[in-house]
Amino acid sequence: MLPSALSHCLRFLVSIFALFLSFPTMAAWELNMPKGVTPISETVYDLHMIIFYICVVIAVIVFGVMLWSIFYHRKSRGYKPANFHESTLVEVIWTVIPLIILIVMAIPATEGVFAMYNYDDSEVDIKVTGYQWKWRYEYINDDIDFFSTLTTTTEEIHNQQTKNKNYLLEVDNPIVVPIGKKIRFLLTSNDVIHSWWVPELAVKKDAIPGFINESWTLVKEPGIYRGQCAELCGKDHGFMPIVVEAVEQEQYDLWIQQKQEETALRLAQAAKEAAQTWDMDRLMASGKPLYEKNCLACHQANGEGLPPVFPALKNSPVIKGPISEHIQIILHGRSGTAMAAYAPQLSDSEVAALVTYERNAWGQNSNETVQPSDVTKLR
Amino acid sequence: MNETTSISTKEVDTPTTEHHAHPTGISRWLYTTNHKDIGSLYLIFSFVMLFIGGGMAFMIRAELFQPGLQFIEPEFFNQMTTMHGLIMVFGVVMPAFVGLANWMVPLMIGAPDMALPRMNNWSFWIMPFAFSILLSTLFMEGGGPNFGWTFYAPLSTTYAPPSTTFFIFGVHLMGLSSIMGAINIITTILNMRAPGMTLMKMPMFVWTWLITAFLLIAVMPVLAGAVTMMLMDIHFGTSFFNAAGGGDPVLFQHIFWFFGHPEVYIMILPAFGVVSQIIPAFARKPLFGYKSMVYATASIAILSFIVWAHHMFTVGLPAVAELFFMYSTMLIAIPTGVKVFNWVSTMFRGSMTFEAPMLFSVAFVVLFTIGGLSGLMLSIAPADFQYHDTYFVVAHFHYVLVPGAIFGIMAAVYYWMPKWSGFMYNEPLAKLHFWLSFIGLNLTFFPMHFLGLAGMPRRIPDYALQFADFNMITSVGAFLFGTTQLLFLYIVIQCARGKGEPAPQRPWEGAEGLEWSIPSPAPLHTFDTPPKVD
Ligand code: HEC
Ligand code: HEM
Ligand SMILES: [Cu+2]
Ligand SMILES: [Cu+2]
Repeated sequence: MLPSALSHCLRFLVSIFALFLSFPTMAAWELNMPKGVTPISETVYDLHMIIFYICVVIAVIVFGVMLWSIFYHRKSRGYKPANFHESTLVEVIWTVIPLIILIVMAIPATEGVFAMYNYDDSEVDIKVTGYQWKWRYEYINDDIDFFSTLTTTTEEIHNQQTKNKNYLLEVDNPIVVPIGKKIRFLLTSNDVIHSWWVPELAVKKDAIPGFINESWTLVKEPGIYRGQCAELCGKDHGFMPIVVEAVEQEQYDLWIQQKQEETALRLAQAAKEAAQTWDMDRLMASGKPLYEKNCLACHQANGEGLPPVFPALKNSPVIKGPISEHIQIILHGRSGTAMAAYAPQLSDSEVAALVTYERNAWGQNSNETVQPSDVTKLR
Repeated sequence: MNETTSISTKEVDTPTTEHHAHPTGISRWLYTTNHKDIGSLYLIFSFVMLFIGGGMAFMIRAELFQPGLQFIEPEFFNQMTTMHGLIMVFGVVMPAFVGLANWMVPLMIGAPDMALPRMNNWSFWIMPFAFSILLSTLFMEGGGPNFGWTFYAPLSTTYAPPSTTFFIFGVHLMGLSSIMGAINIITTILNMRAPGMTLMKMPMFVWTWLITAFLLIAVMPVLAGAVTMMLMDIHFGTSFFNAAGGGDPVLFQHIFWFFGHPEVYIMILPAFGVVSQIIPAFARKPLFGYKSMVYATASIAILSFIVWAHHMFTVGLPAVAELFFMYSTMLIAIPTGVKVFNWVSTMFRGSMTFEAPMLFSVAFVVLFTIGGLSGLMLSIAPADFQYHDTYFVVAHFHYVLVPGAIFGIMAAVYYWMPKWSGFMYNEPLAKLHFWLSFIGLNLTFFPMHFLGLAGMPRRIPDYALQFADFNMITSVGAFLFGTTQLLFLYIVIQCARGKGEPAPQRPWEGAEGLEWSIPSPAPLHTFDTPPKVD
């Protein structure tokens, strides 16, 4: 009994030890804040390092004196206690010196605050809206509007597939920004508070419903920068990353053009599809992946939701009720609940497919089909 | 009948014997108005909650041991982080300090009991109900609170599970208990000190509790206001925090942190008091700068009301507000520094021995200082944009709370346990407990600094691969720290059951104060005639 427990323990210890040995070969052992690629991130990094070194110096002095006393001023060494218990001079000194240090420290910190708060003269304005649990980006001057969601698969998350290098930090539509240009973000939220954070840009700002916050950045080097939502926003708070691609101006212009063409194409396609009559198979086939991408987080794969907060769809009154109401809910959401309005994200045929899917999936087989034209009427 | 009369006649000439008939069994504890019994009840309650809250931490760390979702789903993970925070703050640290105050304040000021003994009973017995309600939410439809211990609206109102109403009721009850406890402590300290014990002669522990009690009375009603507004938003159609109805979600954060920042000092000031008792005792040298310690504590308490928005640097405050809260927060580091310097100077040229209470106190000074220094870093507003809501903040507050508040409590338990039980605890085991805790906690919380700086947000159930290694170390450390506390339980139970050397009246050579002038174990009634303090 005991020997086997002991050998278990040993094996555990050895594996931990092996773990430590394998350190260098494993992922980055990042110890410090990234210096980042923007003027603000460099300012912040410098402030961080200054205050860190100040702390180290204070710690060395304080712990030094302490360790000295612990080693030398102990009874076991026969040290006789002194009896002093007051010294106004010393006490004034150790109040004033830290005060001076802090005042000196406050100067660059104040400059840092002002630099962060200077939103003037931006060249690109991007509105960022937090949704449970994805981000929406609107390029205000270029009529570009898209959503950005996590692409890591549930299989990876549940350890049924090997995790890729950018596990949890990858999205379908990254935002693209030009380097060397001042970019202003306008942040808000559609539901709860989120916080848009990209460490290498040193931008972190809360996205608050009913408010518009500002922040800005100027990326100096092209690259892909990844971040995450930083404010607890519900169940999938850990699963709404941010990916920023900084590119040269020409590439950016190209991207804008592409994105606009894409949008135009999508609209044309949607209009074409909306004019068609869809049969059940086609509706169900396109409804399923749409449901999995957009609705699964709350209503779950089996349509049973997570009641009472996220209601079941399967056999729910709305699903069993009139089709028009069902469509309305998806298009316009229910204000004051996590059910967002999907009108900006989904085309008429997509909504039609979703409604059909929700009415026929999970063994409900109502045999009802919904046509894109039904959705157009209600939009 | 005759029995009682004879006792009461006897009482006249020997006032130190028992006054009343004492119920036994459960009713002794239910009806008790004795400060020592109530102190023990608080401490036992806190100990039980420590294991419940610790169990939740265990689940959190198990899930975070590796990337990917292994044991619990995100929804439940959020409930665990929320409950863990609420229980540790309101169920462990606060009751433990109230328990210590109950036991020790009357003994230290030479009072026969607390000033308001019946209210004392009530303020304790509310707690088990409050926490039963809170814990029961985990079994309700839709689960328990899942919005973090800071319960930011609208996640905690419009988007919250139905059990939130019970959470609000629980918070009200806890608040009630804390306020009554605080009133009792203030009344006792201001009115019942032994003749000759002026305010500036009070032991530091009494001073820090006096100040803490004022903080409690000032901010618990604010918390009650916040949860009441939530209740109104949820059930009565108001829109305090609902932007769609013209409300303001940021208002919630202002109210919460106006309570919340003083609250963090409520959790640490009594620990300051404890180590200010213990360090001089084991350094065999008087506390350095008693007066400046008192003033520093008072200024920390006052400043704590004007720093709250340092928790909100990223919500979009105007630049001037940002600056104001940055400066005030930097300022609060100065009185905190004074305290640390005073403890170190007390140790300097003392004649130290390192029994368990001293070990915990020395570790308190070192590790609390680390937490204070990271606090100083957090106060630099531009840098806080990077630190905020990451594991760096988690590291900071665990360094001030675990080796701060919790080590303070453990030090106090080892220091005064001989007085409570009449027996010495097992010193070698206590030292082992210390070292395992010390290693475990640093293994747990130190790497969190790196994780936060490298970009890991807090309150996430799963993380990117570059955070894997440090998370694994952190989890191993957490398991070590957690299991070590079973050893603490064992030591305390052994000591309480009288397995140990009988404790002398004053078991610590350098200890001073009225509590050491009474026998060990302290009789149920003490100081019926007030001692004279000169
Ligand atoms: C962020 C979570 C979330 C997502 C994602 C979500 N929903 Fe909902 N949904 C809700 C909530 C919450 C309600 C309940 C609203 C209420 O209280 O009236 C709801 C209600 C509904 C209802 C009405 C159900 C009933 O019986 O009242 C339908 C239909 C619906 N959602 C469809 C969808 C579809 C289709 C999608 C995907 C395009 C989707 N939802 C995505 C949260 C979500
Ligand atoms: C030198 C003194 C201290 C300073 C300057 C300081 C500063 C700060 C700052 C600026 C934050 C906000 C960080 C952020 O969220 O971005 C913070 C968070 C926190 N601090 Fe301190 N702190 C100090 C001491 C303490 C003490 C003594 C305690 C408790 C015993 C404490 C407990 C906390 C807690 C619990 C949080 C996190 C709250 C949360 O978001 O959940 N701090 N501190
Ligand atoms: Cu989030
Ligand atoms: Cu604070």
